[in-house]
Amino acid sequence: MWFPRLASNRVLRGCPSETPFALIRKDANAERLYCLNEAAQSLGLHRGMSLADARALCPDLRSQPARPDLDARFLGVLRRWAMRYCPWVGREGEDGLVLDVTGSTHLWGGEETMLGDMRAAMARAGVALRLGLAATRGASWARAHYGEEADLAQLPVAALRVDTETVTALQRLGLRTIGDLQGAARAPLARRFGLELLLRLDQAMGAVPEPVTPEAEPPHYATRMTLPEPIGLVTDVMGVTERLLKPLCAKLLAQHMGARRLTLTLRRVDQASQQVELRLAAPMRDAARILPLFQRGVDTVDAGFGIDMMRLEAVQVEPLAVQQIGSADHSADQLNDLITRIGTRIGLENIQRFQPTDSHIPERSFLTVPATHSLPASGWQVPRPRPITLFPPEPIMAKGAEPPARFRWRRMAFTTGRATGPERIAPEWWREDPAWASGLRDYWRIDTREGRRLWLFYTPQKPGWYVQGEFA
Amino acid sequence: MRPSLKPKPFLRSTRVHEVCGPAAFAFAALCAGKQALWIREAWLADIVLPQGMEIYGAPSGILLARPASQIDALAVAEEALKDGAAPFVILEITRPLDLREGRRLQLAAKAGGTTGLCIIPEGMGSNAAETRWRATPVFDPDREDSTLMRWESIKNKSGTLGVWYVRWDPQTHHLHVVPPVGLQPGSAGLPE
Repeated sequence: MWFPRLASNRVLRGCPSETPFALIRKDANAERLYCLNEAAQSLGLHRGMSLADARALCPDLRSQPARPDLDARFLGVLRRWAMRYCPWVGREGEDGLVLDVTGSTHLWGGEETMLGDMRAAMARAGVALRLGLAATRGASWARAHYGEEADLAQLPVAALRVDTETVTALQRLGLRTIGDLQGAARAPLARRFGLELLLRLDQAMGAVPEPVTPEAEPPHYATRMTLPEPIGLVTDVMGVTERLLKPLCAKLLAQHMGARRLTLTLRRVDQASQQVELRLAAPMRDAARILPLFQRGVDTVDAGFGIDMMRLEAVQVEPLAVQQIGSADHSADQLNDLITRIGTRIGLENIQRFQPTDSHIPERSFLTVPATHSLPASGWQVPRPRPITLFPPEPIMAKGAEPPARFRWRRMAFTTGRATGPERIAPEWWREDPAWASGLRDYWRIDTREGRRLWLFYTPQKPGWYVQGEFA
Repeated sequence: MRPSLKPKPFLRSTRVHEVCGPAAFAFAALCAGKQALWIREAWLADIVLPQGMEIYGAPSGILLARPASQIDALAVAEEALKDGAAPFVILEITRPLDLREGRRLQLAAKAGGTTGLCIIPEGMGSNAAETRWRATPVFDPDREDSTLMRWESIKNKSGTLGVWYVRWDPQTHHLHVVPPVGLQPGSAGLPE
């Protein structure tokens, strides 16, 4: 199956239009047409043309940037759909599928009806389709691209999936069709063009096998259970959850994955359904540890007249390597369980850890990052003493660049016992920060005779004194 | 010779304690040790600076929980105390606890074998607390960047009250009990 206009068909399926349309891809600093619809092609535009040329030929051309990732996903969808014809479906390049229909055509009542069904389905879906059916993979590719009913020997050499240089060289030698090539002596051909050309020829003729590699379905991490009688007790629900968890965890283990987010869906007899979401602090696949974490969520569920279906899905999974058992340290696991339990109440992102960052500005010299996605940081550099608490700067009445001998702060009178400083910190000019709009700061540590040790600063560019922190 | 002590033992484990006063944060950071959970309501604007905490112990072992309200904070504290994965739990209180709440924290600490410390505003103590401390910094005329503090035990359910002058040594990570400024050496003993 070849989809000659896969990319533009994908976009135009949503908004069908008859006007010329093209997808653009940036290639070596020039915008080139990547995929066009039929209206555009009939106006003489072709793939690989630059956008400027195309605009000159066709001023009302609509265009859009190409999205190869979405195209690949669309092809994946088509691949899944094609599994209805046979179980052996693989991708062929960026815009084709290859199906090994051996032994499954009779289920559709013969080859012709099967191909007819494919054509009808794709026409309904609005995707252009070219089919080629042959005994070998190479031959069917050639038919799909160069004529569906053609005799293989009559097709041009380009139908052998060889690069354009080889094709040009073969044409110069007078070998225009596959039939010509078959008639030619093999040894000189191999010497001149390498084994690649002969391999392709043999593959098309069936002398060398070329298997179809079907893609494996991505594993699906979900389990469900339908109950003959509705249940309503918390212990029963937890019991079913446990039975759902075990096969799910076994599957995760087999794939070397760990669940990060789990959703338990409970359907009641009146068809209403409720969901319990569990976000874990670390990827996990240990049923015995996950089960108690569901307790809090299950407690809040309203069972109504009873629950008769439950489904457990690992919505988000992460790779988790197998670990050696025995001497492992369990304190980290315990802490992760605690974080998960707290996280179900206050949100997992509200449990944080400190991480140092490279900044002289005291407020920005550290980050608080969610504990679930970070490890304890080391390497705290404290070249100068820093206060333990920081608050928004509070102005005090004082004059001059030297620290005041007496001042009042928060309605308390203080006498300076010792002043240590100044430590000058300049604002980061590459960042717009209204708090640092007053410019440079000279920080002083003031040990007051009353006992409190405060962090004051003076702003020489806009004279004023402020208290910003307290040592202890 | 100066008597010195490890910072932990004077707070009985499996209990919840309280501390107030201007040096309460230092008291808490000093007790936190290697692994602690610090529960701080999200709306509090003051910043606890990890660099400032560094002299009392590595800030990397501290987990910060930012619940939205005191109800959540208490729930988180109870859960963490009961669990035991974090051996030390620090809770910042913004309104006084009633006896029921204080007692629940005590029971949770007992169940999990953990130690709790509430940082309370002056006069907001709970009757259920095991001990209550007031920590105030003291001016030290002798040394720069001194950490001289006055720790006053103002409530103790199973012991005596007392006043200690302490200084933290960031190099050796020891707490030195020193004689009060202006008094003769030997007038201070070890806290129990």
